[in-house]
Amino acid sequence: MGIEIQGINKNFGDFVALDDINLSIPTGRLTALLGPSGGGKSTLLRIIAGLESADSGVVEIEGIDATHLPAQKRNVGFVFQHYAAFKHMSVAKNIAFGLEIRKKPKAEIAAKVDELLKLVHLSQFAHRLPSQLSGGQRQRMALARALAIEPTVLLLDEPFGALDAKVRKELRDWLRRLHDEVHVTTVFVTHDQEEALEVADTIVVINEGRIEQVGSPDDLYDKPASEFVLSFLGPVTRLRGELVRPHDIFLSRSEIPSAVAGTISRFTRIGFEARFDVTPADGSEPVIVEMTRNEALSEDLKPGDAVWLKHVTGIPATR
Amino acid sequence: MTFETPTEPGTARRTRRARSANSLTRSSGLGLGIALTWFSLLVLIPLALIVIQSIDGGWETFRLTLTNPQTVSALRLTVEQSLIVTLINVVMGTLIAWVLVRDDFPGKQLLEVVIDIPFALPTIVAGLVLLSLYGPTSPLGINVANTERSVFLALLFVTLPFIARTVQPVLLELDRDVEEAAASLGASRFVTLRRIILPALAPAIAAGAALSFARGISEYGSLVLLSGNLPNKTEVASVRILTYIENGNEAAAASVAVLLLLVALLAITILQIITSRVARRG
Repeated sequence: MGIEIQGINKNFGDFVALDDINLSIPTGRLTALLGPSGGGKSTLLRIIAGLESADSGVVEIEGIDATHLPAQKRNVGFVFQHYAAFKHMSVAKNIAFGLEIRKKPKAEIAAKVDELLKLVHLSQFAHRLPSQLSGGQRQRMALARALAIEPTVLLLDEPFGALDAKVRKELRDWLRRLHDEVHVTTVFVTHDQEEALEVADTIVVINEGRIEQVGSPDDLYDKPASEFVLSFLGPVTRLRGELVRPHDIFLSRSEIPSAVAGTISRFTRIGFEARFDVTPADGSEPVIVEMTRNEALSEDLKPGDAVWLKHVTGIPATR
Repeated sequence: MTFETPTEPGTARRTRRARSANSLTRSSGLGLGIALTWFSLLVLIPLALIVIQSIDGGWETFRLTLTNPQTVSALRLTVEQSLIVTLINVVMGTLIAWVLVRDDFPGKQLLEVVIDIPFALPTIVAGLVLLSLYGPTSPLGINVANTERSVFLALLFVTLPFIARTVQPVLLELDRDVEEAAASLGASRFVTLRRIILPALAPAIAAGAALSFARGISEYGSLVLLSGNLPNKTEVASVRILTYIENGNEAAAASVAVLLLLVALLAITILQIITSRVARRG
């Protein structure tokens, strides 16, 4: 159940957007499609919504074959990056749209709109036009509009992509809490790994039209299936040719056997984080090491110091 | 000994704010001044003169002119035909704009150019073309010379681009997202068109309709050859004005002109109201 995707292919001319995608998206969970731009994740979302048709393959939504259903019949809520607000309608009218065209009784529509306005904290803006709202408010309106039709699945295409960093973070937390309240099967597309790690129950990493890995945020971070997943989900550096996370490197002032010897060439502090660039004695590319500010201060490390680097065992690195 | 009078901070602030709300900066004042002078010289003063001239011969001339059966007939023909033509343009112009923006077909570039021909063509040339095409020697066998149809055809020809050209840029700007959002909410193509696209296009359609109607009631060159200017039959308001002037009755000519002016103003106002209604109803 949930969303079942089997053998989806999609080409745009010569460009292969999706290459034999098979995926099960569980009911009631929050799933992120994560990957770089142009990787095919938005195309996949649009195919699920029926806004784009696949060249081949099957899409099932809650047990119903939706492959040939038009978007109108899929009962899917869709939220666009740029809000897609109906500009000439008030916020309340925007939210009511899906219910009005379903010819629901007026009283029922009014009650539902009221409830949704409360849910997205826009009650006092019910009679404003979308142009009078901020970006974050417009996106909440778009979300309420999509939820109004009680969709089988809720699909969000880079929903926070057009917002500034602070609002993005607020909305991200808010989406997570909202999902805990309404429990609708939700799929959202993002290229921001932090967003996916923080919000999603399951992450599907998509690159160049293929699925790289599917798993929980912890799985993906700790057991990446490929170098691509490792490097896409967080910062990486190379130690003895191996890709590792900069915070998984142990840095010592005293010599450790079999460790890489080097000299600190640069020290940067970003808030509570401290970052060292260490140039290995063999002259290869500098290795990045990250630790907390306190760790760095207690060791009194500074550029020019000789240090030894070792990948902390127990946490796997990929070759 | 000098005393400083303490100024009340509140008052000072209020006056400053009041001044900044009312006064213009030097450059915007200059800009406004130039714009107003230019506008007055070219539009307001000539319009005022026409109005003055129309009542120069006294209200009696005004009244007599506008109750003259031949003038009434010319005015009715002009307004009627302009209205019909504008209504047709509302449908056809929007359709043409839609095809130009949303569809790809061979010869689209050519159509883009051809649409503007009625704009670019000198109206008397248009008149000649229409005469040879729909006149007594029509190669198509359609002869509408000296009938009301000739006025209709000529107006249709010259006003063709107005709505298409005003709607086209607005349609280009319209987000496809918005239509997809409507579709995902369950709206059919027709519902999306009626409730989402048309309200968004309404202001542009109204603006185009106003232009088309205004052009219609003022048209002269393109219909003068084909229509034959038969009194009470195919004579339009602009021809009537010319006749009055040729007869030396300038006050009467001005009276007809003022009435046309009022009709144009009325049309623009009504269209404005319709637009805002449509946009609000959404």
